[in-house]
Amino acid sequence: MSFFKKLKDKMTTQTDQMTEKFKDGLSKTRESFAGKMNELMAKYRQVDEDFFEELEELLIGADVGVETVMELIDELEREAKLRNIKEPEKLAPVISEKLAAKLDKSGEDTKLNMQEDSMTVILFVGVNGVGKTTSIGKLAHQFKEQGKHVVMAAGDTFRAGAIEQLEEWGNRVGVDVVKQQAGSDPAAVMYDAIQSARSKKADVLLCDTAGRLQNKVNLMKELEKVKRVISREIPDAPHEVLLVLDATTGQNAMSQAKTFQEATDVSGIVLTKLDGTAKGGIVLAIRNELDVPVKFVGLGERAEDMQPFEADQFVYSLFKEMVEQEDTEKE
Amino acid sequence: MAFEGLTERLQGTLDRIKGKGKVSEADVKEMMREVRLALLEADVNYKVVKQFINSVKERAVGQEVMKSLTPGQQVIKVVNEELQALMGGEQSKIAVADKAPTVVMMVGLQGAGKTTTVAKLANHLRKEHNRSPLLAAADVYRPAAIDQLETLGKQLEMPVFSLGTEANPVDIAKGAVEKAKEEHRDYVLIDTAGRLHVDEALMGELEQIKSEVNPAEILLVVDAMTGQDAVNVAESFNEQLDVTGAVLTKLDGDTRGGAAISIKAVTDTPVKFAGMGEKIDQLEPFHPERMASRILGMGDVLSLIEKAQTNVDEERAKELEKKMRSADLTFDDFLEQLQQVRNMGPLDDLLQMMPGANKMKGLKNAQVDESQLTQVEAIVRSMTKQEKDDPSVINASRRRRIAQGSGTTVKDVNRLLKQFEDMKKMMKQMSSMQKGKGKKKGKQMNPFSFMQ
Repeated sequence: MSFFKKLKDKMTTQTDQMTEKFKDGLSKTRESFAGKMNELMAKYRQVDEDFFEELEELLIGADVGVETVMELIDELEREAKLRNIKEPEKLAPVISEKLAAKLDKSGEDTKLNMQEDSMTVILFVGVNGVGKTTSIGKLAHQFKEQGKHVVMAAGDTFRAGAIEQLEEWGNRVGVDVVKQQAGSDPAAVMYDAIQSARSKKADVLLCDTAGRLQNKVNLMKELEKVKRVISREIPDAPHEVLLVLDATTGQNAMSQAKTFQEATDVSGIVLTKLDGTAKGGIVLAIRNELDVPVKFVGLGERAEDMQPFEADQFVYSLFKEMVEQEDTEKE
Repeated sequence: MAFEGLTERLQGTLDRIKGKGKVSEADVKEMMREVRLALLEADVNYKVVKQFINSVKERAVGQEVMKSLTPGQQVIKVVNEELQALMGGEQSKIAVADKAPTVVMMVGLQGAGKTTTVAKLANHLRKEHNRSPLLAAADVYRPAAIDQLETLGKQLEMPVFSLGTEANPVDIAKGAVEKAKEEHRDYVLIDTAGRLHVDEALMGELEQIKSEVNPAEILLVVDAMTGQDAVNVAESFNEQLDVTGAVLTKLDGDTRGGAAISIKAVTDTPVKFAGMGEKIDQLEPFHPERMASRILGMGDVLSLIEKAQTNVDEERAKELEKKMRSADLTFDDFLEQLQQVRNMGPLDDLLQMMPGANKMKGLKNAQVDESQLTQVEAIVRSMTKQEKDDPSVINASRRRRIAQGSGTTVKDVNRLLKQFEDMKKMMKQMSSMQKGKGKKKGKQMNPFSFMQ
């Protein structure tokens, strides 16, 4: 059975609704990526050096890291030789197969580590402007919908208006926000928030932090302290440290992931702003080079547009046209 | 390895052709491949890279490089020149309208840093040009965006015009201009909501604001970390609004910032300012020639020199250099040097500007811990005059005393003493190397080695 067939079968067994949402959100990404891929297949009569060069550009244009692309192209060249593939369209499924393999490292858990009978603490970290506060607001909404009691901690005491922004989300969603004055110690806010969430018997505590560039040593130290304070109050907390990454970010996302991982032991990634034309190819590079799974993707402005990440769905959405093309050819 | 500089990238090819009498076209091709990878790793858009490589290749094959005795340097020179030509000269001027107030619109994706940039630009206009701007809060979508601008306005003691979140952004912009006329303010800076360039409804709103208030300046605010998509973003915003310039934000991070080239290439409008930090005064004029070096991973030497010039006393520096050459450096000199370096600002900022900093062993992705410097200072300050002049007298009991006096351990003291000796040795080697006619290719001195 071909790879596409397998993928499609798997998809039809999953809820259509989820896949639809993925498709919608990723339509821009998909149009440009799969469209160009098809163009490429049509343009070349045989798999040669020029073909691979153009493929390389296509992948680099999707923000897949240079290193990952080189690796991928090498593998594909070897595979083409080994299987004696000369026609581009026969190489197409191999390309997607390789991409999916890089995305879907089996055994990696993309589910959130939720505590059954105690409070789950989730810490959000990332550079400035990636959408930490917004992601927290959206997740709070989703937890609330699931009937969970949620508390949010306004740990961004630095940026002007950050506390008000989280409060506004609190009002909209109907969730309590624990805050102190602007400029106060974020670690103290976390301490307060844990005490308050405990006494309110909350199920989930979502902790916001100020955006910081990963090369600011002192700010990274501050973040370590925030995490330490949380762990001191609840020994196995935070149960998740989610790094929020902007999908439009280029190669620097890798540096962000590495540095934040060192400082706070990141357990998952939230990839935001995937509804633009940004290709999100950085996901490939991150999965390939780091052991951090992507747990959520932001596909739009609405609260429900924050979706759990599914590698299969991601690939399916990217290659949908190609999957269907293969089907019609067979019929 | 990601983030290698161009120099390092070219090294392999250069080593191979070193022995050869002349450089072949194939060699140039290989070097061009390295240039290409360096630019791609720096997030320059691949289409822009392609065009760029073609023009560089032409110059390289046509004489300049092939006939040169130092082809490597020649390639870098050509690349650097072409890059600077592409980025244009420095243009950090903000337009002035014939009739006050001058309206400036800030546009861009979510999270690029528009609101912060509005405040920074307002501060810049007042400080450098003696202007009195009015800030307009037209981001009615993001929760608390208005609060953010109002807080910044309070910090700056500048008025902020807002009509709340229920109002239409077009009306807010119009109202702000009216208000500025009434109050004789000469600039209106309009903060707009972040939006995706593919969001037709919201892009239409920007066009409407533009046609109503006729801005003299529309600045596209772009995150310096943006990847390949920078081209699409810049193209769309420019097509619909005819932007007049760009502001590159978060340039104080460790990104190469290739987006700068992409933006310039597709919009042909200059990057005017760069956001260099979270504080309100950290907006700097954009220097294209420095950016070229940064993108190529060659370090921002000019900024470093500038910093050094304003902070280092030249006379004393010369004296110090003499001492270093004669290798009778004392701990007092060492301390002085340390303080001069620290006066220049946070060390990681400096490190980033240093060419080849990421090449030096132990400095690769170095995270400089300032507290370690404080510790070094404390140790040196706990020494007696005699000990500072002649560290060889420092025996075990003196070490214990120094450790106690500086609140460190004997181990820390030992490490510093050892590093100081190594440094002296290295200097001795270097100065003897420079005296003799021997090759200059010695071990590079690493003045920061004591921090490892």
